[in-house]
Amino acid sequence: MGMTVVEKILARAAGQASVKVGDVVEPRVDLAMSHENAALVINQFQEVFQGTGIEPKVWDPSRIAIIFDHRVPAESPKTATNHKKIREFVAANGITKFHDVRGDVGGICHQILPEYGYVRPGFVVVGTDSHTTSHGALGAFSFGIGATEMASAWSLGIAVNIEVPATIKVVVEGDFSPMVGPKDLILHLIGQLTAQGANYKVLEFHGGTIRKMSTSGRIAICNMSVEAGATSGIVPGDEETVRYLREEAGVTDAISCVTPDADATYVRTVEINVSHLEPQIACPHMVDNVKPIGQVLGTKVQQIVIGSCTNGRLDDLADAAAILRGKKVAEGTRMLVFPASSKIFAKALDLGYIHDFMRAGAVVMNSGCGPCLGVHEGALGDGESALSTTNRNFKGRMGNPTGFVYLCSPVVAAASAITGVITDPRKGA
Amino acid sequence: MAKVILKLENDISTDDIYPGRFMATVLPVETPQFAFFDRTEFNAQLKAKAFPAGSIIVGGENFGCGSSREQACSTLKGHQVAVVARSISRIFLQNSINLGLQVVICPGIEASEGDELAITEHQVLNQTTGQAFELVQLPAARKGIMDAGGLIPYTRARLVAKG
Repeated sequence: MGMTVVEKILARAAGQASVKVGDVVEPRVDLAMSHENAALVINQFQEVFQGTGIEPKVWDPSRIAIIFDHRVPAESPKTATNHKKIREFVAANGITKFHDVRGDVGGICHQILPEYGYVRPGFVVVGTDSHTTSHGALGAFSFGIGATEMASAWSLGIAVNIEVPATIKVVVEGDFSPMVGPKDLILHLIGQLTAQGANYKVLEFHGGTIRKMSTSGRIAICNMSVEAGATSGIVPGDEETVRYLREEAGVTDAISCVTPDADATYVRTVEINVSHLEPQIACPHMVDNVKPIGQVLGTKVQQIVIGSCTNGRLDDLADAAAILRGKKVAEGTRMLVFPASSKIFAKALDLGYIHDFMRAGAVVMNSGCGPCLGVHEGALGDGESALSTTNRNFKGRMGNPTGFVYLCSPVVAAASAITGVITDPRKGA
Repeated sequence: MAKVILKLENDISTDDIYPGRFMATVLPVETPQFAFFDRTEFNAQLKAKAFPAGSIIVGGENFGCGSSREQACSTLKGHQVAVVARSISRIFLQNSINLGLQVVICPGIEASEGDELAITEHQVLNQTTGQAFELVQLPAARKGIMDAGGLIPYTRARLVAKG
């Protein structure tokens, strides 16, 4: 019987000829990623070794990546001390895929991993972050785990007792209209599936629209697959994957893509045609509360956020800058821009996008998770609303439980910054 | 038998259980103070130790959706509460088993705050209403971790066996 991409990856990683849905396997881990929560992973890791007489050493320091992004630069002594503890652990264990608070090689974990070629098609990637689903964009099986599970992976080099998940096939056809793109597609899909529609399942993306989509767009859709509850999103590796890894990530060694068998079994197939898709908005306080933009036009917003692991890439910034060039952010609205990595920030600077944002009145911040999860800068005031290109709008998400967060694409955010209300970018601002 | 101390709707996120702004606090001994922080009154009752160990939070579908933050489980474990929900999101369920937080998946559960529930091997009995609800067994793949008392002792045993 044929296998899906994830079944093939898990079979190979577990050293088996084949696997089927529900089998329990223990795949070797190709890459184990953490951010600041490595502070907790270290604590749990040290506890694992307690009383064993075995020296606490990670199984393979070359397969561990640690990237500081959630609170950079540190917002409190507590965070700064966590950073310090992690740096000491990184040095003691010889972990090389470490990205500190830096303006050259720093950035958000879900951009750094693809950007530096750390993820390859066919890899099993685990990360202590739910948006680890992002790396399915490169044809890897990549999923979020908790800190204790990561401590177990650091100790044993495997993911223990993984049940092979069922897969939903998502086939996307058609060409996007101008000002409509991957973010609108994934918001639309989440609205259709609901926040739990893909729980314990994989979303495997196919179709002409996906084949033509850049890796940046694929990262956005895999990133948000978890908002439908998916264990992972995955785009089977193809020419674009190889192009990205060679040209943008500088990978020189062999790349081998994994594709599904023609007779693979899917629990469900979802077909979407994007030709008539409108810009989509996820309204407070759930990501599956998705509406076409027409239903929320004119909603007043006090804060616009462009950036994050979902939409802080160079093409996102280019699209937003093109709309803001020569325009001004509305009075009474503040706009924050967070490039997804320092490299992207530098390129956006060279290409003039940063100047476009600043001249328009936006505040451009260092790359990091910023206000997305409400732990750092960019909190909302009581009762305020934000329109953001990030991935979650749960109550309290942007640091204030009385705030309201709407999610959208970069072009919707840019057009709305000029007017101060939710604005359709197709109609001009 | 234990009392329902909080009845919640569907899609309770980890941001609700443990707001992101407290994520710099990681140690299980420190996280309990922030449990359901923005539900001010409930948080105050938890901190005042108003509820006996084993008290129950009843959730709807997709309980614990969102972030992978393990604090959302350690914060509840610290108060020794149990969670009974219609369904539980993947990472939250896994984290609960890993840390030994008592979670029960009970698709038909109906209960109000103040009801007394008895949890048996196969069902949840609402002794206040007299209704019984079948529960779903936790994944068999996790049995080894549960039997070991959590993922840390489980991993430790495997590490020692490996030599």
